Amino acid sequence: MKWIYIAIIVAATTVGEVMQAAGMRRHGEIRDFRPGALRRALAVLSRNAFVIGSVVAMAVSFFAYLGLLTIAELSFAVPVTAVTYVLETILAKYYLKEHVNWLRWAGASLVICGVALVSL
Amino acid sequence: MSSESARLRVKTWICAAVVVLANVFGNFFLKKGMPADLPTPWSYITILFQPWVALGVVLLILWLMSRMTLLSWADLSYVLPVTAVGYVLVALAAHLFLAEQIPFKRWAGIVLIVAGVALVSLGTPPRTHKPEAGA
Repeated sequence: MKWIYIAIIVAATTVGEVMQAAGMRRHGEIRDFRPGALRRALAVLSRNAFVIGSVVAMAVSFFAYLGLLTIAELSFAVPVTAVTYVLETILAKYYLKEHVNWLRWAGASLVICGVALVSL
Repeated sequence: MSSESARLRVKTWICAAVVVLANVFGNFFLKKGMPADLPTPWSYITILFQPWVALGVVLLILWLMSRMTLLSWADLSYVLPVTAVGYVLVALAAHLFLAEQIPFKRWAGIVLIVAGVALVSLGTPPRTHKPEAGA
């Protein structure tokens, strides 16, 4: 059951976060932090298909995470879901077309190794 | 040009700090309020009204919002490793406040995570290109 929860969390989080990044990139940099401007940004974002899709995927991931937390330690549950790093960095390069230079690959690889050790 | 990049760097660090702290304490309070079992689908809804869980949910909403804000100018491949420092803080909170036993292997993993975070955040600018105006 534990690994079913983890599989759902990893798949839904990866899809959700990549869609979130794509949606926010399409929206552009948020520069104005006054309440009125933030409300307007929120209104625009709520019509952004990528943002809507990401919220749905994150909700699925959240309820699976609640299930995982009932049976797993926090210091296991949080790091183990970082398997998403591998998938997301790859998607950042090939789907979002971000320039992932060797320092980012090296850093992400170290993070992944660390996360693997943490979850053993 | 350099004051523009300095402005972006400060803004990025403040926003990243909010993202990390909201995530760490959100997860912590969620676990603190979580029972050993959620027997029915309905219990997944009712547990959201348990005070600690509710506080955790509020913090995770703040996490989502601040993360979206950060992603509006920063690359995902930058945000992911930089916010990974949250894993260290979550493990510390679990050890100190939830009395979870953390073996040597987990601490070793934490050191690797910190090294990876330093490598990415010190070596590269927060974004690789300017987004098109408007969009």
